[in-house]
Amino acid sequence: MSRSDVLVDADWVEARIGEPGIALVEVDEDTSAYDRGHIPGAIKIDWKKDLQDPVRRDFVDKAGFEALLSERGISNDDTVVLYGGNNNWFAAYAYWYFKLYGHQNVLLLDGGRKKWELDSRELTTDVPAREKTSYTATEQDASLRALRDEVLAAIGKRNLVDVRSPDEFAGRLLAPAHLPQEQAQRGGHIPTARNVPWSKAANDDGTFRSDDELETLYKGEAGLDFGKDTIAYCRIGERSAHTWFVLHEILGQPNVKNYDGSWTEYGSLVGVPIELGDAR
Amino acid sequence: MTKDAAGKEAIVEGRVLSDGTPVRSGYARLLGTGDEFVAEVPLGEDGGFRFFAAPGEWTLRVLAPGGVRAERTVSADIGQITSVEVLV
Repeated sequence: MSRSDVLVDADWVEARIGEPGIALVEVDEDTSAYDRGHIPGAIKIDWKKDLQDPVRRDFVDKAGFEALLSERGISNDDTVVLYGGNNNWFAAYAYWYFKLYGHQNVLLLDGGRKKWELDSRELTTDVPAREKTSYTATEQDASLRALRDEVLAAIGKRNLVDVRSPDEFAGRLLAPAHLPQEQAQRGGHIPTARNVPWSKAANDDGTFRSDDELETLYKGEAGLDFGKDTIAYCRIGERSAHTWFVLHEILGQPNVKNYDGSWTEYGSLVGVPIELGDAR
Repeated sequence: MTKDAAGKEAIVEGRVLSDGTPVRSGYARLLGTGDEFVAEVPLGEDGGFRFFAAPGEWTLRVLAPGGVRAERTVSADIGQITSVEVLV
């Protein structure tokens, strides 16, 4: 994978609005953003209502994903183009999710909703009608997802990237400053983890930084060993999906997993090692 | 910059204006020390934004269509609403 395989720009999307075979999908942290205006032809996926199991702490299962995509009119052959606000935060999470269930052709609109708006491009409130499909997902691709035991076994052996803010990493905060919910029992980080806040991978306009800048950030500044496998985590697995996208899809690192249980799981486990304090 | 009571929160809020008119399309982002990204919100119909920050010094950066960019330093305190008008 490399940048040109996974990212498209706004001109590319604008030229293909309404084209058959393209499914443009908005996924936002602010799930009401779509209703106020979206890129013409785009449908919406709600990261919480549509993608999370309503009872257990997990994703919707394979059958649930198939039902969702069938109902939204996305077929297995469609090229899915995802975008969202806040540096594509939740769009990158959805991208990971599509890959997890085996969708082949997935792209991210570089800069997402923000760049589109800052460029003063057209937004509409019209909701497109897409004919229902019969979508077939694959089993979850275990090579993209890390579960807790694997994370524990990776301490000191693989790269662990903690992509939360420095205050969360140090144990002073349990959640981003503007989101008080879903807290772990304890603060801190997984021993040996490096701290690279996810948003450092993005420019102000929401586009991803250049390959050279990204490599300097993760390898040069944070000291990740690109010869080793990597697990990224945050608080609930969304910010780390963004970093997974950068490392695995843009920089082409071969073995990168997202630990979606992340700190809300790890920081509530009994008996596991925790480190406090700022990054060294 | 004005300050009002805000219970247990440290609120930073304000409006973005251009020649006295609210800027409705754009983004406000809150940055911590070292330009560390904390949060970002789209501007409201009245050009408004609101953050629940931690106490301390923050940088507020506004981005709007047409390459508009503005920055202000603000301080937040528990129990206070720090109100800012950003002129672009």
